[in-house]
Amino acid sequence: MNLDALLLSFRLAAVVSAILLVLALPLAYWLAFTHWRGKFLLESVVALPLVLPPTVLGFYALIALGPRGPLGRLWQFLFGHTLAFTFAGLVIASVVYSLPFAVQPLITTFESLDRRLLEASSILGASRTRTFFRIIVPLSWSGLITAVVLSFAHTLGEFGVVLMVGGNLPGITRTVSIDIYDRVQALDFAAANRTAFLLLFISFIVLAVVYGMNRRVWSPWAAK
Amino acid sequence: MVTLGREVTPPMLFVDIRKQFRAAGSPPFLLDVKEMFAPGFTVLFGPSGAGKSTLLDCISGLLRPDDGLIKFDDECFFDAARRFSRPPQLRRTAYVFQSLALFPHLSVKENVAYGLSALPSAERQERVERILPAFHIAALRRRKPGELSGGEKQRVALARSLVTQPQLLLLDEPLTGLDAALRQAILQDLRAWNAAGRIPILYVTHNREEVDAVGERVVALINGRVQESGAPRAVLDAPRSIALAQAAGFENLLFAHVVEHRPADGVMRVALASASCELEIPLGTVPPRAAVQVAIRAGDILLATEAPRALSARNILPGTLETLEPRGSLVVAQVNAGARFIVHLTPGAVRSLQLVPGLRVWLVLKTHSCHVVLP
Repeated sequence: MNLDALLLSFRLAAVVSAILLVLALPLAYWLAFTHWRGKFLLESVVALPLVLPPTVLGFYALIALGPRGPLGRLWQFLFGHTLAFTFAGLVIASVVYSLPFAVQPLITTFESLDRRLLEASSILGASRTRTFFRIIVPLSWSGLITAVVLSFAHTLGEFGVVLMVGGNLPGITRTVSIDIYDRVQALDFAAANRTAFLLLFISFIVLAVVYGMNRRVWSPWAAK
Repeated sequence: MVTLGREVTPPMLFVDIRKQFRAAGSPPFLLDVKEMFAPGFTVLFGPSGAGKSTLLDCISGLLRPDDGLIKFDDECFFDAARRFSRPPQLRRTAYVFQSLALFPHLSVKENVAYGLSALPSAERQERVERILPAFHIAALRRRKPGELSGGEKQRVALARSLVTQPQLLLLDEPLTGLDAALRQAILQDLRAWNAAGRIPILYVTHNREEVDAVGERVVALINGRVQESGAPRAVLDAPRSIALAQAAGFENLLFAHVVEHRPADGVMRVALASASCELEIPLGTVPPRAAVQVAIRAGDILLATEAPRALSARNILPGTLETLEPRGSLVVAQVNAGARFIVHLTPGAVRSLQLVPGLRVWLVLKTHSCHVVLP
């Protein structure tokens, strides 16, 4: 069993979920509340990773992050090396890949909020930012938790994008799914099974804990 | 009259706006209001979908009118000509929604303190501690809205709005669903609060009792337009339009035409279209032979089981009792006297007169209970 690969996967999933939360909150807020007619265009872009094969996404990510890509060149200028086949590159590609899984649950929660609550907040003098942090976020716990869990789980299980962008460097880009794939290729089914089973077990525990919490978080202010 | 060198004018709200809007299940129509609101209670009265809430949304800044001007005192709230709209945060206007919109995740105290975030915490504390007992909710301070009764929620919503010391107060049916005693108690608190402040309060309701309890002035809004305004008795007890008569709860609207004027008696006679009978109603300006509708409240009609004699009431119509239908604390009777009349009775009256469908009865209508409404 490859503990390195497992830890790397968890580290990647944690970093990606954290970045996605920061990114998805304002994006989902804007998509939920804007009256802009062209918002369907942005919605489509955000949802693209849902329908694209991971290899297509990975391919374009590789091009963009590589030494000739815009992002790759900028990174090279700043840090002296390109992004392809690095952990940072993996994070950027994964953020794009898991974006819809963070944005969609947030949009759904924001849209289900009672608009009169937000209007009451404005009438009582609160700025948009204050309304966002005092009213919208506290009333959106279920959506927030769902968003984090889905981005975490989705990143943990990704394969195609990682293979295209990250390659297979032990400790740097060899995530657990790549590791399992490697073992199977080498016909080491016992080792593949140990890792796969551990991943299955951990994923189930994480989901069970979160959904269990979520049920209670759902409406903590309901009458007893 | 002595005039002072400089007149002190109380703060007035001036509204002159147009807004296209769409009510659920009806074709879009236009809110077109030009009205001045003085300090004290003004009741906005009208059927649902008349644009009452839309008007409040425009005044509070939640909605932008298509055109027009809203001014409070010297302060411009909205001016279409200058493309100016003051954001709701800066209008110092309190607005209690019909749904109340209490923040479900905050305690009563946190809800009430929500609008005071700009104040230093000592003053915030002091204001909250002052208003909680005034609205009889001090004991509930730690509760969440989900743990409050309907009346308690309404008190919290009022306290949350009033603690900000607004210069204008908008109330959208804040007391619906409460029983009469509780409503009276809350209105008492509200009136006591405004005795000191004397700010304009716009109070939306279509409950006649609430109008009588709070109303100093009524503005009747029908189909987005101000139909009439004035003292509650003048506007609602003698409605001049059919839509308003319906909204004001006149159960009997009868087609008729004017037969003759009798200025010496202060009355005119009208003939009901569907019956051979005539009614004597207060003298009006409608010329003879003109078509009118006569509006009569079901509660203003007396019912007798013997032909009454020696009465001051001028209209006594024989008829047949058709149906009796208990509804809450009253009984709704339908009487066919050529035209069909709806009469409200008490269950006690039904019992003591031994009323049953099919009984011969006499309807007694005072002249001044009959109101002419123009089609």
